[in-house]
Amino acid sequence: MPIELAIRADRLAKSFGRTQVLDQLTLEVPTGAIYGLLGPNGAGKTTLVRILTTLLAPDAGRAFVLGRDVVAQPQRVREVIGLTGQYAAVDDLISARENLYLIGRLVGLRPRAARARAAELLAAFGLADVAGTTVKNYSGGMRRRLDLAASLVGRPAVLFLDEPTTGLDLASRNELWDMIRGLAADGTTVLLTTQYLEEADRLAGRVMVIDHGRAVAEGTPAELKGLVGGQVLEIRPLHLADVGGATAVLADLAGASRPLVADDLLTVRVPDDELVAAAARNLDVAGIPVRHFVVRLPSLDEAFLAITARPGAAQKEGASR
Amino acid sequence: MVFAQTGVMARRNLLHVLSDPEQLIGITIQPLLFLLLFVYVFGGAISGSTTSYLEFVLPGLLVQGIGFGTTQTAIGLNADFQRGLIDRFRSLPMARSAVVAGRVTADIGRTAWMCLITVAVAVGLGFRFHGGVAGAVGGFGLVLALGIALCWLMAFLGVSLRSAEAVQTAGFLLILPLTFASSVLVPAASMPGWLQTFVKVNPISIFATAMRGLLLGGPVATPVLQAAGWIVGLSVVFGTLTVSRYRRRA
Repeated sequence: MPIELAIRADRLAKSFGRTQVLDQLTLEVPTGAIYGLLGPNGAGKTTLVRILTTLLAPDAGRAFVLGRDVVAQPQRVREVIGLTGQYAAVDDLISARENLYLIGRLVGLRPRAARARAAELLAAFGLADVAGTTVKNYSGGMRRRLDLAASLVGRPAVLFLDEPTTGLDLASRNELWDMIRGLAADGTTVLLTTQYLEEADRLAGRVMVIDHGRAVAEGTPAELKGLVGGQVLEIRPLHLADVGGATAVLADLAGASRPLVADDLLTVRVPDDELVAAAARNLDVAGIPVRHFVVRLPSLDEAFLAITARPGAAQKEGASR
Repeated sequence: MVFAQTGVMARRNLLHVLSDPEQLIGITIQPLLFLLLFVYVFGGAISGSTTSYLEFVLPGLLVQGIGFGTTQTAIGLNADFQRGLIDRFRSLPMARSAVVAGRVTADIGRTAWMCLITVAVAVGLGFRFHGGVAGAVGGFGLVLALGIALCWLMAFLGVSLRSAEAVQTAGFLLILPLTFASSVLVPAASMPGWLQTFVKVNPISIFATAMRGLLLGGPVATPVLQAAGWIVGLSVVFGTLTVSRYRRRA
């Protein structure tokens, strides 16, 4: 195995009862990268993280963190990883300082070193002023920061962040993003799961889209956007009454995707410029004036929808046309 | 390594108690309430006088107090699972047994405090150790050993059951009949025959008898040996079950 890989998972499978949560999932994360695992709720992201962090055994397949086998050498894996789960796993009933001291002692630091490490992290995460306060009085953002700090006590080389910004307000989210970037800049490998495309787009150098326990796409955010193909045409009719008529016009464009309607905004994917011209012509012929007519590149959102669209659902749509 | 980690975990659990005034008041007042209520409400009716009932009931009351006190082990351990903290601990390169062992260690400290409060007030009310210093020390040791054994049982409940409510109910349903259908509060002679049969085999009665022997003077060899058997048995069975269940719980 090339040593540059921080995480390697080879055809991992896991079922709970009859539900196949991971299905032959293969993953390679290079050292020092921020790698995004993107998928809807129930896609298998958390299960994958739990397997890679030794909390759960796979049914089949193998996985290595820095070359250490997560099944055969769990304790050696734990020496090099940090985990921040979906719910802030901090002790509410004691202070932030006591939380970090506790983790420091548990990872094998001597009392003095554990105290020093706690102070260092409290300062780095802007918690020094409230270090002695019981954590249950913290805001959601402060708890998350403490949670992240707790996963860094042992200076992990590989950090797992399972939906780290879920439930955070915008300011706290941006703050956390900056911290994650800072960690990666210092050489920590970060595996991040998220439901938010924007998060994957902004943070991750590479992204894997998973759905129903399978990898459905992998690449840089730009590459994933390219997977959708072509451009996106957006139209707003001048009169609200024309939304139906405009939808019909766009739906009749040969080669374009089915139009999406959100209030008075119509969106349609167009593989080439010819269709854009055709759309303009047909709207004119139908006598529908428009106040907004824009051609743009697809967003990661649209890429995501296109990639994770269920084959069954797509067929049904096709049949009804 | 395991001992250091157990100590750190125990310290954390004790901090919970020390930093929470309500809990601190709770574990101080609860044993006092039990003692005062039983002695002054039932004492006259059962033993003719509160002083003689105090003597009868205190040894068993310590056993009962330990029983109720250890339900906190189940609740605390379960809460750690609910908070997701256990996932953090399990992703650290630490001994897995330290989480449970640390909880049990801290709870022994807590129950020891509850026993001391009860005994101190009882002495103030006129209780005397007729069994001498050796008996008093032995009794205290026995009741703490029972505490350890029950902590393992409670830890098993805490790890096995999903919700905090279920844990609380199960602990209560287990301890309430065991401590009341025993010779802790009244002599078994006044109970119906079938209940007497249960009371005689109920380990809580055995502990109450052993404690009476140690604190008040009297035969101790048989009940203490039986009690020791229960302590070893409970600890081994539930210690093993708890640690293996803890390892497997996802």
